[in-house]
Amino acid sequence: MSDQAARPISLLKRSGHTARRHAAEARFRTCGLGAILIGLLALAMLLASVLGSGLGAFRQTYIHLPIHLDEAALDKSGNRDPKALKKVTTISYGKVIAASLNDTVLQAGIATQGLTKDDIAGIISREAPAQVRDMVLSDTDLIGKTIQVRLLANGRIDGYLKGRITAATAARDSNVSPAQLQLADVMMERGLMSLDFNAAFLTAPDASDQRPEAAGLGVAILGSAYMMLIVLALALPIGVAASIYLEEFAPKNGLTDLIEVNISNLAAVPSIVFGILGLAIFINFAGLPHSAPVVGGLVLTLMTLPTIIIATRASLKAVPPSIRQAAQGLGASRMQAVFHHVLPLAAPGILTGAILGLAQALGETAPLLLIGMVAFVREYPGAPPEGLFDPASALPVQIYNWTQRADPAFVERASGAIIVLLAFLLFMNAGAILLRRRFERRW
Amino acid sequence: MTATWTLLTLLVIAAASFPLGRARALACAGGDSCALHSLPRHYGWASVLLTLGPALVLFVLLEMTAPATPAGSLAVVACALVALAWALRRMHPGFRARQTVERGVLALLMLAACVAIATTAGIVLSMLFETQNFFAQYGWREFFLSATWAPRFQGDSDLGILPLLWGTLYISLIALVLAVPVGLFAAIYMAEYAGQRFRAIVKPGIEVLAGIPTIVYGLFALITVGPLLRDYFAQPLGLGSSGSSVMTAGLVMGIMLIPFVSSLSDDIIAQVPQSLRDGSLGLGATRSETIRQVVVPAALPGIVGAVLLAASRAIGETMIVVLGAGAAAKLNLNPFEAMTTITVKIVSQLTGDGDFAAPETLVAFALGLTLFAITLCLNVLALAIVRKYREQYE
Repeated sequence: MSDQAARPISLLKRSGHTARRHAAEARFRTCGLGAILIGLLALAMLLASVLGSGLGAFRQTYIHLPIHLDEAALDKSGNRDPKALKKVTTISYGKVIAASLNDTVLQAGIATQGLTKDDIAGIISREAPAQVRDMVLSDTDLIGKTIQVRLLANGRIDGYLKGRITAATAARDSNVSPAQLQLADVMMERGLMSLDFNAAFLTAPDASDQRPEAAGLGVAILGSAYMMLIVLALALPIGVAASIYLEEFAPKNGLTDLIEVNISNLAAVPSIVFGILGLAIFINFAGLPHSAPVVGGLVLTLMTLPTIIIATRASLKAVPPSIRQAAQGLGASRMQAVFHHVLPLAAPGILTGAILGLAQALGETAPLLLIGMVAFVREYPGAPPEGLFDPASALPVQIYNWTQRADPAFVERASGAIIVLLAFLLFMNAGAILLRRRFERRW
Repeated sequence: MTATWTLLTLLVIAAASFPLGRARALACAGGDSCALHSLPRHYGWASVLLTLGPALVLFVLLEMTAPATPAGSLAVVACALVALAWALRRMHPGFRARQTVERGVLALLMLAACVAIATTAGIVLSMLFETQNFFAQYGWREFFLSATWAPRFQGDSDLGILPLLWGTLYISLIALVLAVPVGLFAAIYMAEYAGQRFRAIVKPGIEVLAGIPTIVYGLFALITVGPLLRDYFAQPLGLGSSGSSVMTAGLVMGIMLIPFVSSLSDDIIAQVPQSLRDGSLGLGATRSETIRQVVVPAALPGIVGAVLLAASRAIGETMIVVLGAGAAAKLNLNPFEAMTTITVKIVSQLTGDGDFAAPETLVAFALGLTLFAITLCLNVLALAIVRKYREQYE
């Protein structure tokens, strides 16, 4: 007290104490703003890193080449017997392509000092012979003719034209030489090579370690689509039925409490535990096949159920009791009131919840690893329902798979796949938001 | 295949029973639907339920004991036909069809709700069963107390959980050290300072982070954060030369948890009554003093609950640590060293080609059960705290 009495207090002049408090206020506020900035910065970095390394996957280097399909090499008997043609391996096609490429390069007058014929042929993808072989098998009349084709370039050449590989790194790389890169430059100038949109990235199946340029997401997208179908077909009805029971009919008893506790705990169980469940129950106990979309779909259904139940219950709760009372007052039973009036009114909210649950399921990886979806699958699964039991991949698992490969070109593929995944998620979430905006009613 | 055909036949019988039941009831009432107790379609549905119900129960029982024998299928179909005949006999005007149908529907709804219980039971039982197999081959003392993790294909492995537990907790700790202050401050700013327009723009931005799949974070750790930390921190400081490290995984996981912490805390801060704030401001406190000395203490239990939920998330997270933390099981304090977690080892032990009965594979179930137990405790605790807090102000 004596302190204060000694000091004259003015209401007009800010005391040091007040200034300190205001400075603390400003500091606190800055901290808050800083925290938000950190969050947004992290988001920006994440997106920039993925987009930066992934956009390249949507463009691919192709070599444009006239190929003479030599009858002597591809069909010795000359009678176009499909069985005999199927026996001709990709090695023969590789030789045909290499010869054609050499001719083309010579005709174009491109200097090839320091490059052997094998070096020149090495700029073509190892997948190219298979491409040409498929072409010939589907149309045997092509044999003997010269056709203009568009072949995949080798992954290293592709990487060079996208800036991932330089002459300096190529000098240390046993798979590609600086001279080959120069050849690629010249071919680019002459229009023999081009960077085009890579539609095969979305449709082609996965490719082996040595052929990053041929790897695509076709099987993964199909597998994910199958699983989403299963999740939608199972999780939505079961989730809605469970929510209706809990929200509208459940008596207050031990069983109801048990269900409630279970749902809130399942919502927070680590996703990998669901994978263990899938492996132990669906695969080891029920004998369903490994890597099959049906197992993945079942596991994801169990995982998504709590999300859908929580969303559905919220939207059922939002329907005012007066609706139920009015229906019952006019003679409807409780069941009729719910199914004829409450459920339609809650439908937009339920659908929104279902879409968000699906989005969550689409991006989930860990449980799928455990049920064997990491396997290398090149065959497209068949049409449902049998196709649900065929081995398939899934988008997020394919991404994980590619990150485990040695060739850095697969990192580009993985980032590209993430862009595809995020595009799907964005689409679904935007749909959910639109649905909510359009149909949401407030009472 | 027999099972599919049996089910198809059942469906056909059920589809036929609807018009039959409906027509039978109407015929009994002399074609006058007003004489019926319920609407005509209720009689149809009731006969469907009465036909299908017993047959399906029999079908499931047979499938569980002796899968898909032709005799079983015949029995199921016969059961459906008998049930149909019996149902049709009951369709007279006084039959309370609506109540029957509604009871059936209610039973279905209840069955759907019980899927949650079945899932939990499935998780616990499957893991318990396999864990028991594991402990039959490997001592539980070594599992819980040994500090070496060295599985070998030939057998005779050391499968101590301690290094994995340490890696899990260390990474989670780093994640929480990043996520809790950032998330909390973001929530406070959003709830107490930000204007309408700022909120409308920034809040979805932060929430987008929550919608990004964890595999994306994992790749982010692998290709961006890992090399960055290695080149600018670990190597110059002489702390390590590995891209995947505790720090990498922890930071990226922290980013993932920011929206989780912030949206939970936002809800909780919004629940603190406005009167508390008004009282504090009216006594001359600044806004930050109000927040620090009134709002946060009032919201503290809820915030603690949110942090516990975030911790449970961090402990159970898989993809970020698989791609960002490395695979070497170590007990080490250096955050720039690669370490591994329980979830990483579950993945690696179960995705190999190992013999399913070997302890090296079965250990994954013991790890899973441990993980489940830890996260379950955290969740139950967190939910109890949050619920108690909610009641306080409602």
